[in-house]
Amino acid sequence: MRRASQYAALAAYIVFLAFPLVWLLSTALKTPQEMALADPTWIPREPTLANFTDAFGEQDLVGAAVRSLGVALASSVITVLISLPAAYAMARYRGLVNKIAIGWVLVSQVFPFILIIIPLFMILRDLELVNTLPGLVVVHVTFTLPFALWMLQGYVRAVPVELEEAAAVDGATRLRSIIKVVAPLLAPGVVATLLFAFISSWNEFMFALVILQNPDVMTLPLTLVRFTGPEGVARLGPLAAASLMATIPSLIFFAIIQRRLKSGLMAGAVKG
Amino acid sequence: MRITSALAAAAIVALAAACGSGGGGGSSSSSAPSEPVKINFLSLAWQKESVAANKQLVDEWNKANPTIQVTYVQGSWDNVNDQLVTQFAGGTAPDVIHNDSPALSGFATDGYLLDLKDKLPAELKSDIPQAAWDTVTFDGGKGEQGVYGVPFLQESQVIIANKKLLEASKVRIPTADNPWTWDEFSAAAKTMTKGDAFGVAWPMKSPVNKTLNLALNYGGTFFQTGADGKTTVKVGPEEREVLQRIHDQLYKDKSADPAALGQGTADPLPAFYKGKFALLPAGVFLRQQVAEQAPDGFEWVTLPGPKGTTAQQGAVSQTLSIAQDSKHPDEAMKFIAFFLNGPNQAKLAKGDWLLPTSQSAAADPAMTTQENGWDVATASAKNLVVAPFLKVNGFDEWKSKVATPVLQEFYANKITIDEAAKRLVDEGNKVLERYQR
Repeated sequence: MRRASQYAALAAYIVFLAFPLVWLLSTALKTPQEMALADPTWIPREPTLANFTDAFGEQDLVGAAVRSLGVALASSVITVLISLPAAYAMARYRGLVNKIAIGWVLVSQVFPFILIIIPLFMILRDLELVNTLPGLVVVHVTFTLPFALWMLQGYVRAVPVELEEAAAVDGATRLRSIIKVVAPLLAPGVVATLLFAFISSWNEFMFALVILQNPDVMTLPLTLVRFTGPEGVARLGPLAAASLMATIPSLIFFAIIQRRLKSGLMAGAVKG
Repeated sequence: MRITSALAAAAIVALAAACGSGGGGGSSSSSAPSEPVKINFLSLAWQKESVAANKQLVDEWNKANPTIQVTYVQGSWDNVNDQLVTQFAGGTAPDVIHNDSPALSGFATDGYLLDLKDKLPAELKSDIPQAAWDTVTFDGGKGEQGVYGVPFLQESQVIIANKKLLEASKVRIPTADNPWTWDEFSAAAKTMTKGDAFGVAWPMKSPVNKTLNLALNYGGTFFQTGADGKTTVKVGPEEREVLQRIHDQLYKDKSADPAALGQGTADPLPAFYKGKFALLPAGVFLRQQVAEQAPDGFEWVTLPGPKGTTAQQGAVSQTLSIAQDSKHPDEAMKFIAFFLNGPNQAKLAKGDWLLPTSQSAAADPAMTTQENGWDVATASAKNLVVAPFLKVNGFDEWKSKVATPVLQEFYANKITIDEAAKRLVDEGNKVLERYQR
């Protein structure tokens, strides 16, 4: 009986999680008339692919997805590469400078967007990075870095320093103990940070809107918003079809990387 | 180790992809003498037909003008002003900018838009009536009046009606020449309120523009400028009239569907198709959604908006402006003159289901056909006058911080009309004062 209720709770949770995707799929396959029914249907009565053909015919969704994927992968990898050594230093070396650094990381999170965007935009313009994807990567890394650093330094602190001391006693250099002892235990933290940075960049809209003007470099969120009009009115069918397609690359990325997250967690458990 | 390699490889590939597809810097920056002039055109078209019309006209222009090439950039209504603020400040705004007239006042005052007064071709100038030009004429920040955009599409308020319920009620069917008075409108809504069905629905999630535009029916301007040149908020009998009438439909007559009150413009449509209410006051553009979505057999008609002491409504125009920093303003003006000539305005208006400002476009047979209520919609353009709030510096902040919450509370019957009026004036004047120092 207890097992049955556990399964029921799990099933309910899965339904809850899957709801947006199912709704997207259902809407993407409906005719305009069916979408406007006062009593919504879950399964389209007359399924149509017109919304997909409209969405793909009107906008370069595939190109935009490829560009978004490139920016998100580059941003997430660079974020982790920069924040990992910094996080190690923040976690292991205590002192005034360290405390100030941590304080600054936290303070940097409270600046409102509008305060930052104009000076940042001018810097990018002077660097000739406006209207380029590398410019967008720089911005995304800049804005993801503080939180990624904060996340990672927590993971580093969770690795007992005694393990490094034991390695040192066994004759390992600091670099060797970091690579052989600390790094494997940090794997789940690195993967979690990578996911966070990837999603932040994948979904980011406002900076991309401001920085990118050339239609040939526009990312997916900029392309999706083209199906919306004033006062919240939207072309729901093509928007749902395009949004459904937009979830696929991130789903694949999650599917690949979540195995590493699980194996990393287990590795940490054994070593700990 | 494998993950390290994979991540490194991914980084290299991603960076290469990102750099490889990166655009080449500024849009209209330096072009060699032999190269064509390049102009960026930020368009906010979003409906399928409208996007197609925009792209087609840009293609036509580019084919006919190899020395002036226009790049079509699609933007979004929701974010265009945030986007422009940054791009204006950074000096990289698009050359030709699509927006609506209320947004132009602030940008003009800040010196971001070019005064087009002396650049407008005579033909374009004379084809658009002065009332429309008034919607884009602002103080450029130095006390002089300039023209900061070319108005080309306008929106009026009409009533979309369920034909079957309208005819069954036996009320007088209003025409463009003889619209309902507000009394007749209220009486009709009461007559059509039967059983579970209401006479009317007022979606008031964003109540300000609708209320202020309709308030002109009774001469309600909401703003007044004193002898000292200072603008203050005014909520007198003229401004209260429409507010009170809508409130009465909701709570006194109970002829307005309360379920629609918190909804956005298009949200009540499913209930409308189901016959839950008979009349839907809305902008003319909403006809597109009804034409596309209405179930088979559902009949609907477009009725003119109601009339108070006059039938006047506030006019808001969609506009094309030129950025002050544009390196090619003359070429941009040539493109605008082509893009907004009479036949092209008719195409754009049809695509967006809005009213063209151009007189020659309004005479296009497609604009006066009875099909989908175009005749009534086009006729309503004669009642459009410059909305006074267009000229008020600080209106946007008053709208979002004061008027929207106050009107929402009033229509939800949480505050009285006296409280609403007091807050609109007191809190509103504090906002406006900051803009007039």
